[in-house]
Amino acid sequence: METQVLIIGGGATGTAVARDLALRGIACVLVERHDLNAGASGRNHGLLHSGARYAAKDREAASECREEGALLKRLAPHCIQDTGGYFVAVAGDDENYIAAFPELCARAGIEARAVPVAEAREREPALSERTIAVYEVPDASIDPFMLSLDAMAQAEQRGARLLRRTEVVALEREQGRVRVARLRDTVSGEELRIEPELVVNAAGAWARGVAALAGAEVPMVFSKGTLVITQARLAHRVVNRLRPPSDADIVMPGGTVSIAGTTSLTVDDLESIEPTAAEVDLIVEEAAAMLPVLDGARCIRAYAGVRPLVSAGAAGDGRAVSRGFALFDHARHDVPNLITITGGKLTTCRLMAERTADLVAERLGVRAPCRTREEPLPATAGARWTKPGLAPQTWMREHAPEDTLICECEMVSRATLDAIAAELGGAGRMVLADLALRSRLGKGACQGTFCTVRAVAHLYERGVLAGEEGIRESVEFFRERWRGLRPVLWGDQLAQVELAEAIHCGLQGEELHARRGGAR
Amino acid sequence: MTGERLADLAVVGAGFAGMSAAIFAGARGLSTIQVGNAGALLFSSGPLDLMGVHPVEEGRVWTDPFAAAAAVARDIPGHPYSRVDAAAIRAAFAEIVAALGEAGLDYGPLGDTNRELVTGAGTIKTTYCVPRSMLAGVAALADRVPCLLVGFQGLREYSAAGIAEALRERWPGLRAIQVDFRAGVAAGEAHAAHLARALELAENRAALCERIRPQLADAQAVGLPAVLGLRRSDAIAGDLSNQLGVPVFEIPTIPTSVPGLRLKDAFERAAARRGVRRIVQRRVLAIVPEADAFALYLEDAPPGTAPLRARAVVIATGRFMGRGLVADRRRIREALLDLPVVQPSSRSRWHEADFFDPRGHEANRAGVTVDETFRPCDEAGQRVHPRLFAIGTLLAHHDWARTKCGAGVAIVSARAAVLAALHELGGGAR
Ligand SMILES: Cc1cc2nc3c(=O)[nH]c(=O)nc-3n(C[C@H](O)[C@H](O)[C@H](O)COP(=O)(O)OP(=O)(O)OC[C@H]3O[C@@H](n4cnc5c(N)ncnc54)[C@H](O)[C@@H]3O)c2cc1C
Ligand SMILES: Cc1cc2nc3c(=O)[nH]c(=O)nc-3n(C[C@H](O)[C@H](O)[C@H](O)COP(=O)(O)OP(=O)(O)OC[C@H]3O[C@@H](n4cnc5c(N)ncnc54)[C@H](O)[C@@H]3O)c2cc1C
Repeated sequence: METQVLIIGGGATGTAVARDLALRGIACVLVERHDLNAGASGRNHGLLHSGARYAAKDREAASECREEGALLKRLAPHCIQDTGGYFVAVAGDDENYIAAFPELCARAGIEARAVPVAEAREREPALSERTIAVYEVPDASIDPFMLSLDAMAQAEQRGARLLRRTEVVALEREQGRVRVARLRDTVSGEELRIEPELVVNAAGAWARGVAALAGAEVPMVFSKGTLVITQARLAHRVVNRLRPPSDADIVMPGGTVSIAGTTSLTVDDLESIEPTAAEVDLIVEEAAAMLPVLDGARCIRAYAGVRPLVSAGAAGDGRAVSRGFALFDHARHDVPNLITITGGKLTTCRLMAERTADLVAERLGVRAPCRTREEPLPATAGARWTKPGLAPQTWMREHAPEDTLICECEMVSRATLDAIAAELGGAGRMVLADLALRSRLGKGACQGTFCTVRAVAHLYERGVLAGEEGIRESVEFFRERWRGLRPVLWGDQLAQVELAEAIHCGLQGEELHARRGGAR
Repeated sequence: MTGERLADLAVVGAGFAGMSAAIFAGARGLSTIQVGNAGALLFSSGPLDLMGVHPVEEGRVWTDPFAAAAAVARDIPGHPYSRVDAAAIRAAFAEIVAALGEAGLDYGPLGDTNRELVTGAGTIKTTYCVPRSMLAGVAALADRVPCLLVGFQGLREYSAAGIAEALRERWPGLRAIQVDFRAGVAAGEAHAAHLARALELAENRAALCERIRPQLADAQAVGLPAVLGLRRSDAIAGDLSNQLGVPVFEIPTIPTSVPGLRLKDAFERAAARRGVRRIVQRRVLAIVPEADAFALYLEDAPPGTAPLRARAVVIATGRFMGRGLVADRRRIREALLDLPVVQPSSRSRWHEADFFDPRGHEANRAGVTVDETFRPCDEAGQRVHPRLFAIGTLLAHHDWARTKCGAGVAIVSARAAVLAALHELGGGAR
């Protein structure tokens, strides 16, 4: 296979690069070893930063967030819930920081309006009675799944190609240049070769490893962050702690839930990133200072991701565009056709893509300018089911008698699953995981206890599953759900998994199959 | 208001364990009050497990459940089965199965070996007692006879095609069809309970057989999801097999299942027949030991109501689902009396990283420890109270879901506790 540009990594950055290139008429292939947003882009807080969080420490990153946040609100409104955000200080928080906050925001161009505490508590009744100061900022909530799925869909419409479950295993060089990228289909094990003119490494935290395949260096630090999802939505707005950035500062609203976090722990190993009970406890206890209801709230799940951070000092080495993200032109490492884009934020992924595509275009001698600053991101059918509440609304509106619900917690119906499966071309592999990424299947309180059984039954009836695949799918799906359940197992959620275990092990004996199917 | 008459025994909880204890006690002439609702009983799917898998980490499946129980008793100190012998296990099952049979839920004769049956997931479950309505499926599977599986359009948790696919290699003679059969219910979801009620009517059964008959071909048995009537499922299965000319059997499905409703119903009749007084839909809020009795304070009791009083108490409150055990972020507690609970030192050790870890999870083996007579003990092994007993899944040192011993531990511990209480109270004199 030949292409102009090979993009490695299907997160917010890689898909945004694909879209930007496709809009410039540059042919590209994006390879992703798992599925879209399998990395940090699917394991973050979903905060479209106003920049206020960085106002004190990193004014440049703050301004970048402010500009990009405003741009995305205009160009991709369907991915965003413009909730607004509060910065909240409670008794005991640093008075100097509180006093300096509005001025710091002003310097970064961020609107921060002081809100009388009584008014704030009226608007957000869950706020602590120990609240002493509140500022309102233009924070918002963004659906990263919809963002990436839509970006990729538009890129594909313009001729880009997506290879999911395909891993780059080697970059073969000839006179310095990457001539062949060797790929492996992670399901079938089959090998593929691509001969690209240019390679864009957008592998997030894995960018160091990918660059190393071509003998290039990207100095990085990996920072693990954990988040906790509550069953109920605790506040309407984003609630940030008004203090120098620390652990468990943010509680995000997301549809019917809230997401509290995060922690920060430097890690070396990128492959065993699991949220732990200790991290969850820390988040619940700390964030409860702002929203005391959190302490008794039912937590339905936790998850963890790794922030790709470029080491301090490295910026001068690469072609730093800002302190927030880093664009490396590896011509300096004698790999003339390799570019790495990493670091940054979800909020700035469009800008990161723009800078990357500018460099790509320059290398390829393409004149076409960036269009993502003006052109709205089209909403596509395939991405819309990730939105909480859409599946239920559609189900109610279009409710055909035969269209029964598969997932009762999130009201995902058979027709929704069929629609997504059709978009995916019915490819019969990791079906439940693929469907869950593109809908809210299994994301409610029961975390897949019942809906896996129903979804598997439905997929067998549709002929999508064959042989023992249904049992394997059920095992793998619940195994994945478990990673996020394990640290939140107390109270009601512990009773919930007891029921899951009674059904999946007590009745169905799936653990005996899991053993036969081999370890993970 | 004046106080109630003092009962001999109060049973708290109405799952498998509580219902069994009430039946054992009533049959022995103890005046018995039972408080609590059906709980996990409603969630169970019909089969009664005794012991199927041991050691869990090896996933070894046993044909002889009594040998398996003996092995468990030997290998796992404190396991509920280490407190009883094979004769006691058999006697407990015999009495409960007979009581359920009299109440209209027939489990057939007690055997010596485990049985295998197909589940709605297309897996094979090893269990001990199987409702008569499922028995023909055990035989059909054993002989791998050509068999037709029938599913219902709209019954979301069940796919006949899925079961046939999953078992394709092991049981090649399986075929599947799906029928559009709602028996008067509008299109859309078909609930198991609706279908079950519909199939209690002869005309609906005839109509169903009409759909199935043309598809029979070489089938020597017909399997349906467990929807053959809310009651008298064996008679309904019998009628269908008469009409179709081949044995008909039920396949267990996920909760809330019809067999769970049947079990609840049969247990309640059996308890009523033995003079058990039942207070349903109310929870016990507190149990206070007094000089010669226990006072049980109930939820929603009007002010001034005297508590229930009983000379002995059996706690059969289940685990986290039943709320016999409750957990916060730090520890697991027994909910009613704060009885000592054996448990791992911290939450990070409650569960393994992989849900399907072959060893199972430590939290599932947490619970109340008891002595040989099913009296709860403290850390030093001392009885908490001479007339207090604990039974069922609340007990520590067993993992019923993985070892397949749920109903067995409940029934067997119930009998042992009731016999001990009887002895303590002086032979059942009222
Ligand atoms: C806990 C946490 C909270 C965060 N919260 C926010 C927030 O609220 N707001 C915000 O703006 N930002 C937030 N971020 C940052 C943001 O999520 C990331 O900066 C962003 O998602 C990075 O996107 P990416 O596409 O560069 O990397 P990723 O999303 O990690 O994508 C890299 C992809 O490359 C793939 N890959 C790796 N190796 C290979 C290979 N050899 N072959 C093929 N594919 C490969 C991976 O599977 C992965 O999908 C947060 C991050 C974390 C960890
Ligand atoms: C989905 C599922 C499938 C199963 N399948 C099988 C199977 O195939 N075979 C098998 O052998 N077993 C099966 N079981 C297991 C079987 O149901 C249990 O082993 C059985 O329920 C024994 O539990 P128990 O009576 O000790 O507790 P539970 O059934 O949990 O009963 C506890 C009861 O105590 C009540 N209670 C708790 N606290 C109070 C209070 N303070 N006041 C009053 N009442 C209170 C609860 O409401 C509940 O009714 C299954 C269970 C489930 C959930």
